[in-house]
Amino acid sequence: MAFESFADFLAMGKHGFYVWSAYGISAFLIIASMVLALRGQGQVRQTLARQQRRAELDAEVNDESRT
Amino acid sequence: MSAFGAALKRELLVLWRSPAEMINPLFFFVMVISLFPLAISPKPEVLAVIAPGVLWVAALLAVMLSLDGLFRRDQESGVLELLLTAPVMAVVPVTAKLLAHWLLTGLPLVLVSPVLAHMLQLPNAVLGTVMLSLLLGTPALTIIGAIGAALTVGLNRGGILLAVLVLPLYIPVLIFGAGVIRAAAEGGAVNGILAILGALLALTASLGPLAVSAGLKISSGN
Amino acid sequence: MVWQTIKRWYHMLGSPRYFYTFSSLVLPWLTPIALVTLLTGLVWGLGFAPSDYQQGNSYRIIFIHVPASSGALMGYMALGVAGLVAVVWRMKMAEVMLKAIAPFGAALAAISLVTGALWGKPTWGTYWQWDARMTSMLILLFMYVGVIALQNVIRDPRQAARAAGLLAMVGVINVIIVKYSVEWVQTLHQGSTLKLFGESTINPAMKYPLLISMLGLWLLYAVNVLMRARTEVMWRERRSKWVAKLVTRPEKGER
Repeated sequence: MAFESFADFLAMGKHGFYVWSAYGISAFLIIASMVLALRGQGQVRQTLARQQRRAELDAEVNDESRT
Repeated sequence: MSAFGAALKRELLVLWRSPAEMINPLFFFVMVISLFPLAISPKPEVLAVIAPGVLWVAALLAVMLSLDGLFRRDQESGVLELLLTAPVMAVVPVTAKLLAHWLLTGLPLVLVSPVLAHMLQLPNAVLGTVMLSLLLGTPALTIIGAIGAALTVGLNRGGILLAVLVLPLYIPVLIFGAGVIRAAAEGGAVNGILAILGALLALTASLGPLAVSAGLKISSGN
Repeated sequence: MVWQTIKRWYHMLGSPRYFYTFSSLVLPWLTPIALVTLLTGLVWGLGFAPSDYQQGNSYRIIFIHVPASSGALMGYMALGVAGLVAVVWRMKMAEVMLKAIAPFGAALAAISLVTGALWGKPTWGTYWQWDARMTSMLILLFMYVGVIALQNVIRDPRQAARAAGLLAMVGVINVIIVKYSVEWVQTLHQGSTLKLFGESTINPAMKYPLLISMLGLWLLYAVNVLMRARTEVMWRERRSKWVAKLVTRPEKGER
């Protein structure tokens, strides 16, 4: 461990503000990009599932009207 | 050569018939430059420092804005489709088009640049370098910008997008173009930097038309 | 032999369906490995690496700054390669990759700039300086923005990808020239560029955590690209049977 105490670790010498804001902003951007990627996947899946359900319903209605 | 000559003649004729398209970039160039002494300071010593950058940024914007409609009319009239499906390789008419465009929009900028450089208090000894740097630089700007114009030809709001695509690509030319004038104004050696500008021009002139015609093919969807 | 293997891989991964199955197998492993590697490197670097005798603890920004910068640069190179494959051979997966690689790369370029500025304040005394590396990274960010903007504006996904691919190819050449021209401006300006550290003089106790966090961030980039590529593949292949099946009955271990 390069620091005496946890408070020391947070202070980073006199440069705590710079170090922690750098890591904070980086973490935010990385996490945001990962979340957006995940959400995009979910959205596409939902849209496709909805379209499929609608197509199936349409097919059923057509069958009934034919008989 | 004959295919190239015919294409060049046609392009020149088309441009010649709509003189606004060649005069407007020139006026733009002159007007933008005259804004700087008014906005920053009319003091000669200040002007002499900013002059190389001002000249180059104005030339760069003038060339870029003139390119927005480079392929649009051809696309609307259907000429572009013919051009891309013609038996001659698309590179030939594309090169002719770029050359014609530069002759009627880029070259006038080069020709008036000494007057503007003088108005910006650059010493007379530097005026030759100003012209030479623009002579080597503006064709490169035309070709690089045409790549962006080719990629955005079918889009109706191409203007600002073209700037976003093309401005980062202009940076090396801008750096060396303005740099050579600055070096000349400080009495330094200019030949090496001019050679780099020439190399940039050679690179863009050899690969650029290929990229432009590839871009046109992509934009027209085949 | 090697060539044959490469060719087989090219064709297999070139098939969207195969890619989808392959990535579903890889992701559950790759994601935790990437996260653990990145966190190990960062914790080691932040808490255990010795402090720098000149810069004190502010140098600890390096453990995110350098990985992000290298990731952003590699990402753009990858865009150029994908662009070449998409424009010349019209390979579908290369088009998908063009869309998948750009967003995280742009984020990394932004991270590189922000962390560089925050490192610059205690080191140079100013947040921003037009030094060669910062300027190049700024222009790299601009070029990421261009590629993403072009893709968003063109409706047809295949055409959008190929247009972006051509731009990325031109961009890669530009990146290289920009790097040299920006360095050249420095020599003309005689700017006060303080070397952060000379090449290869870095202490091994600082080097290992740096290498580990670099590897971790690259792996995380790969995870991000795979995730985005899967989404894009699914959307493009939405009319095919295998996607239809996937949507109605998610396989085990998949959501």
